[in-house]
Amino acid sequence: MASKKRIQQAIAFGLFRFVSLSVVGILFAILFFIMIRGIGVINWTFISAMPEDGMTAGGILPAIVGTLCLMLGSMLFAFPVGVMSAIYINEYMKDSKLKRFVSMMTDNLAGVPSIVFGLFGMALFVNKLGFGDSILAGSLTLGILSLPVIIRTTEEALKTVDDSLRIGSYALGATKLQTIRRVVFPIAFPNIMTGLILSMSRVSGETAPILFTCAAYFLPKLPTGWSDQVMALPYHLYVMTTSGTNMEAARPMAYGTAFVLIVIVLLFNLLANLLRRYFGKKVKMN
Amino acid sequence: MKRKWFKIIEKGIESVLFTSSLTTSITVILIIIFLFSEGVGLFFSKPIEGDSIIGISKQNTVSKLSAEQLNYIFNQDVTNWKACGGKNDSILLLSINTIGDYFTEEELGSSFENIPTKINEFVQKNPGAIVSFSKTYMPKNFAGKLIEVNNVGVWEFLSGKLWYPTAQPVAQLGVLPLILGTILVSLVAILMALPLGIACAIYLAEVADSRVRSLFKPLIELLAGIPSVVYGFFGLIVIVPAVQKLFNLPVGETAFTGSVVLAIMALPTIITVAEDALRSVPRSTKEASLALGATHWQTIVRVCIPTAKSGIAAGIILGIGRAIGETMAVLMVTGNASVMPNSLFAPVRTIPATIAAELGEAPSGGLHYKALFALSIILFIITFGINLSVGYVKRKQNNN
Repeated sequence: MASKKRIQQAIAFGLFRFVSLSVVGILFAILFFIMIRGIGVINWTFISAMPEDGMTAGGILPAIVGTLCLMLGSMLFAFPVGVMSAIYINEYMKDSKLKRFVSMMTDNLAGVPSIVFGLFGMALFVNKLGFGDSILAGSLTLGILSLPVIIRTTEEALKTVDDSLRIGSYALGATKLQTIRRVVFPIAFPNIMTGLILSMSRVSGETAPILFTCAAYFLPKLPTGWSDQVMALPYHLYVMTTSGTNMEAARPMAYGTAFVLIVIVLLFNLLANLLRRYFGKKVKMN
Repeated sequence: MKRKWFKIIEKGIESVLFTSSLTTSITVILIIIFLFSEGVGLFFSKPIEGDSIIGISKQNTVSKLSAEQLNYIFNQDVTNWKACGGKNDSILLLSINTIGDYFTEEELGSSFENIPTKINEFVQKNPGAIVSFSKTYMPKNFAGKLIEVNNVGVWEFLSGKLWYPTAQPVAQLGVLPLILGTILVSLVAILMALPLGIACAIYLAEVADSRVRSLFKPLIELLAGIPSVVYGFFGLIVIVPAVQKLFNLPVGETAFTGSVVLAIMALPTIITVAEDALRSVPRSTKEASLALGATHWQTIVRVCIPTAKSGIAAGIILGIGRAIGETMAVLMVTGNASVMPNSLFAPVRTIPATIAAELGEAPSGGLHYKALFALSIILFIITFGINLSVGYVKRKQNNN
């Protein structure tokens, strides 16, 4: 009887191991498939030149710059607002109806499909506020999209700060704001930064929200201000694979663009992990 | 004095913090307001773009035609008035496209100044005539009777089977094929991803040793961060040809292809959430089961999974929500045919893909534009419901 149970367990575990390894294997095969085909395209011209010949030659510089602008712009808006919001929710709000309502709304905003953000951004920023198709409109749309992620990670970071530290600070006569500024925030800061980096990497790959708010189909020049349209990497990849004039000839360029996108995500994830590890030790030492 | 100022500043900062804490709530409300203010207008407008007018002969017994009937008439799928509840009389179509078949260019005049009189002539002569022209060409004293086209109805919008938002002269705004396409693609995707995802989660949470887990967990989280357009690109160059060859299909861009790509994308989310739920099962609960002589496997099936089931359910619902709202990958691999999905291996079109593909061409404030916003209201309501149920399931878990 006992051996039957053991055999059952061995079969089940073997099956699970096999399924897990193959799932993870397949997912990585996909990544490597694109990376290996893309890396051959990467050279200095590809990264530093304008696209030419209907996007079949030249480089993707304007798309890279555009994506960087959008990442920066969205974080300039979302980071301060998100962090302040999380501080208020975690440090000031008591367990009330309002707190539950706010966190429910944050969860709901996180679940809104990205295309709806695109529509909303177009209706509000592009049309109503008259920003037009611009980096400003795109950044604000992407900023709103990444707000829930930033709020959640900041909240988590603040929750990990031990209450005894807060109480200790109050006991020394510090006000609530002083406690947050001098005690809570510095300890939570590394984890907050991790959240920031991860949401930047998410912003770099979003396509649907910028379709109608800032992305340009083909614009071989660098942006000069907040009101310019820009090309962006994900939209560029989409355009090259679905609606270019010569899609077969643009294929290598598409692989290269996908490679750059994946590398951005990889780099930011790595950075976040390093930061977590580096600061994790430092905080413990204090 | 200094203390007082300090207090005022502190209150000021506190109110700034308070305001920013309301940003997400305000945004959700603004999204609802904007989607509705742009989309609800659809139900107060006629499905006719521009200033087209439709008229029929006075002898015709028909007085009302639905948008769908008009579409069939102008596509010449229906050629007899009997099909629309009239007399047995064949339909004669006169519009700017067919006017050349009935009249020569000289008859119409060099700058088409004779069109109005010719329209009247045509309607009086042919009892089976139906004419459609823009206001400028319509005669002032029209000899036939005008057809009233009803406003777009909510039910008509939800249950209509034809989606030709730019059809002339009457736009066809039925979103049923899009809704069904969305549900089909995401449901099949979840059915594929679910067993694999749960198996992975159980393996990582319970079976794998800590070294394997600490290697796999960040890698899977990394995969969740890969942009959807990259998955779409991969689907387009690998899965589309593979599906075409494997099932011997005329095109590889099918609902099934979309489901496969979505399943690949949903896997990391499902694995991560389900693994977290399984790992939050208290150690004491598991050990109690082991102490009673249960094997590890029995403990997993009888203790861990039932305890973590709310968390796992939340992960599944979250995965479904993601799949329904996913735009770019689906847009790239499902073929985008707005027809009723009757097979898994035929092209379909989802709601987000429709919005992404068509909004760029829809003039702002026009009928098509309003229809796309109305479509996004449906999408928003679906995902909002999903989010609320995730919250409900999570709260239930916390109460247990």
